[in-house]
Amino acid sequence: MSASTRPAHDAATEEYQPVFTGKALEQLRDILTRYPTKQGALLPALWLVQQQCGWISDRNMTEVAAVLGLTPAYVKGVVTFYTMYHQHPVGKNFVQVCTTSPCNICGAEDVVKALLEATGAKELGATSPDGSWTVIEVECLGACGFATPVLINDDFIESVSPEKVPELVRKYR
Amino acid sequence: MGYPHKPHSKETVVLSKHFGDPEARSYKGWTKRGGYEAWQQAQTMAPTAITDTVKESGLRGRGGAGFPTGLKWSFMPKEKKKPHYLCVNADESEPGTFKDREIMRWTPHALLEGTAIAMRAIQAEVAYIYIRGEFTEPYAIMERALAEANAAGAFGGLKIHLHRGAGAYICGEETALMNSIEGKRGNPRIKPPFPAAFGVFGLPTTINNVETLAAVPHILKNGAAWYKAMTLSNPKSTGTKLFSVCGHVQRPGNYEVTMGFPLKDLLYELCGGVRPGRTLKACIPGGSSVPILNREETESCLLDYEGAVEQGTMLGSGGVIVFDDTADMVYQIMRLARFYAHESCAQCTQCREGTAWTTKILERILAGQGKTADLDLLLDLSENMTGKTICVLSDSCAAPVVSGIKRFKNEFEDYIAGRRRPVMVA
Ligand SMILES: Cc1cc2nc3c(=O)[nH]c(=O)nc-3n(C[C@H](O)[C@H](O)[C@H](O)COP(=O)(O)O)c2cc1C
Ligand code: FES
Repeated sequence: MSASTRPAHDAATEEYQPVFTGKALEQLRDILTRYPTKQGALLPALWLVQQQCGWISDRNMTEVAAVLGLTPAYVKGVVTFYTMYHQHPVGKNFVQVCTTSPCNICGAEDVVKALLEATGAKELGATSPDGSWTVIEVECLGACGFATPVLINDDFIESVSPEKVPELVRKYR
Repeated sequence: MGYPHKPHSKETVVLSKHFGDPEARSYKGWTKRGGYEAWQQAQTMAPTAITDTVKESGLRGRGGAGFPTGLKWSFMPKEKKKPHYLCVNADESEPGTFKDREIMRWTPHALLEGTAIAMRAIQAEVAYIYIRGEFTEPYAIMERALAEANAAGAFGGLKIHLHRGAGAYICGEETALMNSIEGKRGNPRIKPPFPAAFGVFGLPTTINNVETLAAVPHILKNGAAWYKAMTLSNPKSTGTKLFSVCGHVQRPGNYEVTMGFPLKDLLYELCGGVRPGRTLKACIPGGSSVPILNREETESCLLDYEGAVEQGTMLGSGGVIVFDDTADMVYQIMRLARFYAHESCAQCTQCREGTAWTTKILERILAGQGKTADLDLLLDLSENMTGKTICVLSDSCAAPVVSGIKRFKNEFEDYIAGRRRPVMVA
């Protein structure tokens, strides 16, 4: 989901802005019709939060829990299971690079190096000083014949090579 | 066709006929190409007649286990007392596998049509298509196709929903997938009870892979005998299968061939072989969870369920990973072990600890600090990881390790004896 630049609203001093109002609430109501239990809507509800806030804070989890009749601890248990839910803010452009064996033998680790360099993120999982980029290594993206696949926010880019990286990064600047 | 390449004359193009043709993606485009005719036909058939046709065709699950599809459907209660569900497994996360992605990207209506037919056969009103979270493009295409089909009233009272995953290989395991739909952590369940009795939301459920369901409309339309006749070797393996080929080949991509096709021809002819000046060293023919083959075994392997077993491996998902002589097998096996360690749901001790320790020992070997006893230790660990856990993720980690040590022992020994420079730091 595209990471937004909205400031982190986890600071205790800041007033909490509920996610499920207006359009998001309507979307959630529609989602609830698809499952026989309220709990069934949990994964899609968490996606809605992340789409809107860029990540999922403890206070978001408390809101989701209240809306779906679950406990905050339960929601956290689910959030922490799935790697795509962010429990911390990430850069405006969130980059996931596959380095599992099929991509690895086709040079995926060099693509990672090139991305860390070109984005200024420097280290895996760290965010670049300007807050624009976070690069992580992920396991198989299900596109092994198009090595190396890279996911930038919601854009799935195939066959990335180190040479193509600078141009790619420029497009998202 | 061998998307992203032109079809090869040795391919048998059924599922992939419209790959690369964006017009086939729309409802109108699909019906123009004969789409939804099988669904029309199914609506005139009794549910048991649909199941019998699929049984007769010999179709087996394309998700990895190769279980006979019609037989699976027949496990659902005949007399319907509670709601029935269908789950469609589009979690495709097995390293080396990228066929379901192409089915959804190019022929979303083929999957929807197969889904509707299966729903009728098992008397389900609701289906969930579980699409892995990273498949943003296939999800958007499926969403559009579903909206179009619904707008055209294609499915009557049947409800088909998309459910987006959120990054977890284990959710491809059938009961973990069901838990994930229910809004839970994706932990596999102890079986029995089996899904046909106690599936998603505790109700009778059937789960099928994308490619399995995409084959169903063709079987209905052309008949079970037509499908069954497509076999080049063992009659227990019928129909066509998509093989996703990746790694060190000149033309990676998806290739559709008749069951029993020689792996050698797939690699050397259809995929153009390895890069110039290189030789083939190893191949994993069914996704990362199946044993690795050496060159001789690869060149003798026939691509069907029995042919793969004959060479000591499995057909699995049909994800073919090719390694040429430049590949460092120790490093790549470590990388696979790390995948399983990362993806273990951590419920079972053998898996949680076993995948982590396997990775650590392999890393130690790669850092030049391996001991002679490490190979036996790895084999012992693997033995304790096989057949002992709730699901087979643990066994899947052991497969490349055991087969890798068996076939490429010298590469491990070179690191341990210091004949090879360490490639990792301790
Ligand atoms: C760890 C693990 C991961 C799996 N991942 C997938 C997957 O991504 N896609 C899939 O179709 N089947 C996967 N399977 C197999 C499913 O459990 C199940 O057998 C399959 O979806 C049944 O459909 P089929 O009979 O049509 O093949 C996985 C199994 C295990 C143990
Ligand atoms: S291994 Fe990289 S996409 Fe599958």
